[in-house]
This record gives sequence, structure tokens and C-alpha cells, in this order.
Amino acid sequence: MSMLSFERKYRVRGGTIFGGDLFDFWVGPFYVGFFGITTIFFALMGTMMILWGAAMGPTWNVWQINIAPPDISYGLRFAPMMEGGLWQLITVCAIGAFVSWALREVEIARKLGMGLHVPVAFGMAILAYVSLQVIRPVLMGAWGHAFPYGIYSHLDWVSNTAYQYLHFHYNPWHMIAASLFFAATLALSMHGGLVLSATNPGKGQVVKSPEHEDTFFRDLIGYSVGTLGIHRLGLFLALAGVWFGIVCIVVSGPFWTGAWPEWWSWWLNMPIWRT
Amino acid sequence: MAEYQNLFTSVQPVGPLHDGIELPRGDDKRTGTPFLVHLLGRIGNAQIGPVYLGSLGVASLVFGIAAFNIIGFNMLASVDWNPIQLLRQLFWLALEPPPPAYGLSIPPLAQGGWWLVVGFMLTVSILLWWARTYRRARQLGLGTHVAWAFAAAIWLYLVCGFFRPIMMGSWSEAVPFGVFPHLDWVSAISLRYGNLFYNPFHALSIVFLYGSVLLFAMHGATILAVGRYGGEREIEQIVDRGTASERAGLFWRWTMGFNATMESIHRWAWWFAVLCPLVGGIGILLTGTVVDNWYLWSVKHHVVPAYPLVTPLVVDPAILGVKP
Repeated sequence: MSMLSFERKYRVRGGTIFGGDLFDFWVGPFYVGFFGITTIFFALMGTMMILWGAAMGPTWNVWQINIAPPDISYGLRFAPMMEGGLWQLITVCAIGAFVSWALREVEIARKLGMGLHVPVAFGMAILAYVSLQVIRPVLMGAWGHAFPYGIYSHLDWVSNTAYQYLHFHYNPWHMIAASLFFAATLALSMHGGLVLSATNPGKGQVVKSPEHEDTFFRDLIGYSVGTLGIHRLGLFLALAGVWFGIVCIVVSGPFWTGAWPEWWSWWLNMPIWRT
Repeated sequence: MAEYQNLFTSVQPVGPLHDGIELPRGDDKRTGTPFLVHLLGRIGNAQIGPVYLGSLGVASLVFGIAAFNIIGFNMLASVDWNPIQLLRQLFWLALEPPPPAYGLSIPPLAQGGWWLVVGFMLTVSILLWWARTYRRARQLGLGTHVAWAFAAAIWLYLVCGFFRPIMMGSWSEAVPFGVFPHLDWVSAISLRYGNLFYNPFHALSIVFLYGSVLLFAMHGATILAVGRYGGEREIEQIVDRGTASERAGLFWRWTMGFNATMESIHRWAWWFAVLCPLVGGIGILLTGTVVDNWYLWSVKHHVVPAYPLVTPLVVDPAILGVKP
């Protein structure tokens, strides 16, 4: 029922990296596998703890629910449950669920005879999460430096953290990350648009070919990266954007405590300007 | 383990270079002889050129280069025509819009007049480039999806530099030209109107920005992962589904219970990318015109958490009628 017309022949055993055949089955459209079990476990535990935290908190307003990390005074120690201990356990569950999900993707990719690009790419997102919630707080000596779990409260964290460095847009790695994010979105719009324009040329017209696609961008800007290249480029822009995002926040605090606009004074004070 | 993961092209076959699909009667000739760059070929197509200039392209370039140069000369003038100081202070220099006192009137050139001239020229250049994007697609018999996606970006550009300043009644509200100065503008508009993070349209725009990055990572990675089945031949896969599409689709179906098709993933892509500037533009257009303080707006609508007061209450000067 939940199978696509061509799906049955792909549902073969094998490809697992842990647990052998034991969890090698599907539930509805979902593949399970050993890491499906661990994903469910961590995700359920984490979600229930978020609900517990919300229940103990002052509000059920979904925008305002906030589960904060421990106060800075706790340093890197365990905190009492309602003083941030919940946040610590939720973070453990989140990392467990994300890593399980990535490993489950590895099993699915192996089963389908695919490359491991998707789980590797997801690994960059996990690294970003771990950098914000573990690496940077550890480098700064307190869990209190991590962001809280809540829709608006995490925005407040971003705002407050950014203004601690006066003007975060002057962070050079933030500049690179933002540029790459915009570039990835631009490239995505051009790629999506190009494929749709070739396959939807208008009523009564013949679907066009990759030669038309290449010609369009060569006519427009003198270069077309091509059908294979655009996917490499898009993946690179996305991953590089996240990577520089990681760099920009990990240097803020552990390695640079001043105002980001001041960082640029090295440029203004270079000896080559003295003439 | 050391399998070929389709990240680079290791063998580059070289044949006669392709000038492109024939253009319909009435179009100009293409410019330039195509040539190969080996390093580009490692990632995508090695061929550069030819390019179609045409009257729209030439006109767009003329206006664009003029705008770029006027910005440069204004910056040079601001450092007393010292080219070394232009290089040294380049990121700090700006061509600023007129001061608030001028409202929407035409100021002297040195008081923001050049900003108006450049804004006009850059807008003409961009609109001509849009027309070119539309026309090149039609001349090749393609749909106009790329042009309409570009239009969404132009909408955000016009909101920031044209529509909102007019609604606010002052050119001074617009974005300056310059690296750090335009970042200062972003910070300033956020602080002045009660933190843009509380603007729900800004939040949505960020969702679509990050969502686009996520989608491209997912889509790019998926296509590369089914490269050995010819997954990058997307048009063929759309009109005649092959094992590459089936595996790519099943990967996501088994992972998250849902999958796009080879065609629909590009519709997801197009909409995510287009909605980013589209809703962002709405958010900027409402800022200062309809909503004066997004934080107070969010308090009113019960979306911000109640934080304990750690500093004495500060009254927003705008409420007291203080003018900038």
C-alpha cells in the first residue's frame, strides 16, 4: 500500500552496517534498521523532555516555550534538572538522534547502491550543531554559552550573542558564510528555473535538451557549468557556507572577544600604507 | 572504501567545441570563440563562451558599468582623490543616499544626488538584464522560469532602495552603496525598528534562505550519489523515469517517508529560492511604514517570551515624538 509501483524490486536485504538482518525491515514507507531504532529512542526521549520542560515552565504558548542551558555559574558541570539539566540531556538526545539519522542514511544509501554524499553532507549540519552546543561552550568554559531551545528564545540568543561582539556583520567569516548562503540560494533558483524551463517550454512545444540549457547560460553570462557540475557546485556552496558559519561562531568568544569592527584595524594599520 | 565518489571529473574527453543551439532569425551573432579551461572541467563544463550580447545586454552593461564607476569615483573623491587611500579604506567607503532633510526631493550631486543617479542607472541596468534573461529563454524556446525567479530578487532590491524610501517619504531610508556601510544599514534598520528578528516575514525569509541551502545540499548530494546511474541527466529522467530517479526517490522515501520526483524537486527548489526575497521584501516594506517596533508588535501578539527586567525601563524615543 505504501509502496510505489516500482518499489518492490528495490526492497532487498543487506547494506546494514550494524545489527545484520535483525532490524532490516520497513514500517510503511520508512526503513527501520538498527539506527532507526536508536533514532526513535533519542528523538522520543528528547521530545518528551522538551514537553516535560514546557510543562514545568510558565507557558504552553508554542512561540514562548523556552528550555534554557544552565547558568554560566555552573561552568561545565551537570546542573539540576530544572536549572538546565534538562537542556543538557536534550542536547545529548539531539546529537544521538542526528548521528543515528546520518548512519541510517548510510545504510539506506548502501542498500540502494548510492554514494554517501547525503549522509556526509548532513554530517556538516551535525558538526554545526555540535560546534554551537558543545565545542564553543567547552572552549568558553560553560554550557551557558550554548543556545536555548525555543522558537523566539533562540532568536534572542542569536541577537544577544551577536551584539556581544558589537556588530557581527563585520566578522569576516560571517561575511563569507552569508555570501555563500546567498550564492547557494541564487544557484538553486537558477538551477531549478533552468530545469523547469527546459521541461515546461509552453503548451504545444517540445521539451528541450541539456544543449539548450547550456546554450541559455552561455548566451546569458558566457558560461554554463553543466548538468553534473551544477550539483557539485550547489553541494559545495551549501557545505562551504555551513563550514564558514561554524568558523565564524567558534572564533567569536574563544579566539576573539573584542568588537568585530575593530578586528579590521590590522588592515588599516598595515605598514605598506606608510608612504 | 576508496570508491569513486563523483566529486571531480577525472577524465575529460575533448571534442569540437559547441557554439550553441541555433538562434532564430533576427537575433545577433554570438560573440567570442569558445575555449577550454582544464580546471573548470574538473568540476563542470570546461568550455567558456561564446556569449550573446545583443542590444539589451550591451545597454545593460553600459548602465551597470557607468553606475559602478560613479560609485568608485565618489569613493575616490571622499578620500581626496588618493588612490592608495581608496584601496586602504575601500570597505569603509560609501556612496550614501541624501540626508533626511531632503525627503524625496532632488538634492545637489554631492549631497546624495550621485546616489540617486547611480540608483537610477543600476535599476535600469538590472531591468534591462531581466528583459535579456526573459528574451534569451524565449529565443531558445525555453520557459521563462529563470527570469521570474530573478524578478523576485529585483523585488527585494526595489523594496530596499525605492518602494520603502518612497513610502517613508525620504531617500535617506535607502541602502548606501559600500561594503561596510550597507552592513551598517542592515544593523541600523534592525535596531531602529525593534530588532528585525521579531519580524515574522524576516523569520520566514531566513527559513527559505536556510531551506534553500538545505535543499541544494540534499539535491546536489542525491544527484551525485546516483551519478553512476546517470542521475545528472535530469531532463531525460523527468520524461522517462530511470533507475537513477527511482533510487533517488526511494532514498528519501525510506529516510523521511516522503520523496519528490525528478521534476518536482526543481519546483521545490524554485519556490524556496524565490520565496526568500519575496517574503523578505514584504518584511522590509512593512518595517517603519506599518510597524514601528517589531519587538512591541510581538509582545502585543504574544509571541515573545517574558524575560525578567535586568535594566531600568527605557522608553522608545520614537513614542515621545523624537525625530531623527
